[in-house]
Amino acid sequence: MQSAANPSQTTTNVNNKTLRWLANALYCKNNMFLLLLLTPPLLWFGIIYLGSLFALLWQSFYTFDSFSMLVTPDLTLENYRSLFDATNFDIILRTLTMAVCVTIASALIGFPIAYYMTRYGSRAEKGFFYIAVILPMWASYIVKAYAWTVILSQQGILYWCINHLGLLTALNHILQIPSIGGNTLATSNLGRFIVFTYIWLPFMILPIQAALERVPSNLLQASADLGAKPAQTFRRVLFPLVFPGVVAGSIFTFSLTLGDYIIPQLVGPSGLFIGTMVYTMQGSVGNMPLAAAFTVVPIILVSIYLALAKRAGAFDAL
Amino acid sequence: MTIAVEFTSVSRHYGDAKQTIRAVDNISIAVAEGEFFSMLGPSGSGKTTCLRLIAGFEQPSTGSIRIFGKEATGSPPYEREVNTVFQDYALFPHMNVLDNVAYGLRVKGVEKTESYQRAEEALTLVALADYGLRKPSQLSGGQRQRVALARALVNKPRVLLLDEPLGALDLKLREQMQLELKTLHRKLGITFIYVTHDQGEALSMSDRVAVFNRGRVEQVDQPRQLYTHPKTSFVADFVGTANVLSGAFARHITGSNVPFSIRPEHISIASNTNAAQPNTMQVTGEVVDIQYHGATSKIEVDIGHESLTQRLIMVLSNTEFTEAQLPKIKQKLTLCWPKDRIVMLGTQPAY
Repeated sequence: MQSAANPSQTTTNVNNKTLRWLANALYCKNNMFLLLLLTPPLLWFGIIYLGSLFALLWQSFYTFDSFSMLVTPDLTLENYRSLFDATNFDIILRTLTMAVCVTIASALIGFPIAYYMTRYGSRAEKGFFYIAVILPMWASYIVKAYAWTVILSQQGILYWCINHLGLLTALNHILQIPSIGGNTLATSNLGRFIVFTYIWLPFMILPIQAALERVPSNLLQASADLGAKPAQTFRRVLFPLVFPGVVAGSIFTFSLTLGDYIIPQLVGPSGLFIGTMVYTMQGSVGNMPLAAAFTVVPIILVSIYLALAKRAGAFDAL
Repeated sequence: MTIAVEFTSVSRHYGDAKQTIRAVDNISIAVAEGEFFSMLGPSGSGKTTCLRLIAGFEQPSTGSIRIFGKEATGSPPYEREVNTVFQDYALFPHMNVLDNVAYGLRVKGVEKTESYQRAEEALTLVALADYGLRKPSQLSGGQRQRVALARALVNKPRVLLLDEPLGALDLKLREQMQLELKTLHRKLGITFIYVTHDQGEALSMSDRVAVFNRGRVEQVDQPRQLYTHPKTSFVADFVGTANVLSGAFARHITGSNVPFSIRPEHISIASNTNAAQPNTMQVTGEVVDIQYHGATSKIEVDIGHESLTQRLIMVLSNTEFTEAQLPKIKQKLTLCWPKDRIVMLGTQPAY
């Protein structure tokens, strides 16, 4: 090992030394290291993400001249006021109702699945459920939405099943209920609700499952030991501890439904959603300020929802 | 005497037909009302499973468990008059201390003001009267342990189950809590069933101890009996320190193959006076290790001959022996002990 005689090895040694020096310096000066680590993501987040969002919010105060179809940078609250016009307010209410319904349904369907996954499933079953929950997310969302228009159509498989089960009259009765029904499943609010719930369900199951995973089973045993019947254990121990997970999941399903603009176009009756309204305003109409004002609505609604959840003690167990 | 908890041929098996784990294997024991009963054994010996069977978290595979004469098999935990103090406390993290303690009363429908009042009393009992509004995460390990105790006691259980409750505490605190538990037991007069792997704890606190080994009970006895008259090699070895001699060594010393045990404190260094006593057993060996333990010194002596090794442990008082008087490593020693101090051991569990 005559390394000194080998010139290339000497340079590597020097390089190694500099690198080692740098590594040691970074190790000792922890803040420097953190700064280096955080600068790129913070720049990305600050400028591209928040910057564009604030630019959008700023534009919601611009003036749109409906006669000349021009946007002028004169600041006004007119866009926000017009959100409360009957037609616009309808859009908000329609979207909000759907988002609430989808969230509640997702929680009701997601909780038992997540509960089974964590408490009863063997390793293999757990793996199967994970894949079953995540697999649909690998497929394109638009393809799935289109697939549902076929499933829900009158020649589709769902009608075929219902017909063979002899439940067609029952379905028609349901479809005659105002504000739920429509001509067919594909053009009814019920159909739209089914598709929304299908698409966003995984976003509810996974956070609930993660929250359930963190509840030690001896807490449930302690509750039973102290005389609580299963329903009481659920209400007083399990649910409060899993509630942050339900809230996390419902923020996903709630805000994703509030902002969606594909499914309302493909499934369900006519009538705009917040998403489709924004799409129309900034696209074909060119009313960017009103579109921007509409995007503020989900932000405010989710903030209100979070404040309510906090008051209900959703984050006490965190 | 009322029997509080009675096991009749109870077994608990896990796994399938191909590979069965007998966590609890055909156990029959009876715990009297008001008794401080310990279940002692190494980890995996089935003692905690027994406790969980009493609490109702698990059901026996075969056999029957009676709690105050009532068949408990098949009834869920919330219908049993027993309460458990869990090893890792299992306090509800989203409730404050007072709500934790009042929990058992609230779920049984006791009115709010009364249950809080009784919870306050229970907290006073464990000397945590002013801690009601804190969250469990704001308490130290010892305080959490007391809350867990209060939470169980507030329900006035007829049997209190304690699953290695002091396992996570440091030595000083553990000794203090042992004293307090013992005092509580005297004060309340209810049955305590105490699971531990610490033989010292079991000996000092219990009225009776059941020694568990591999899912079976080796011996149930009062601490003094257990120490002085262990019935099996396992008990002799697990409870306190014992020299268990068997096979060739037993024959060499007693003339029979039956294994026997001799406690370290009964062994002394042979001198003209004590070796001459009648009924004294003698053996020679070489000192291999000396450990200083404050009041005493532990001497390890190899009494092996030919290719066999056998170590004997003896304890010498440091007030009797100065440092200069203690034997030295590699020194040859003749040891002796009175014949009546040895305990002949069976190899099979007595129960």
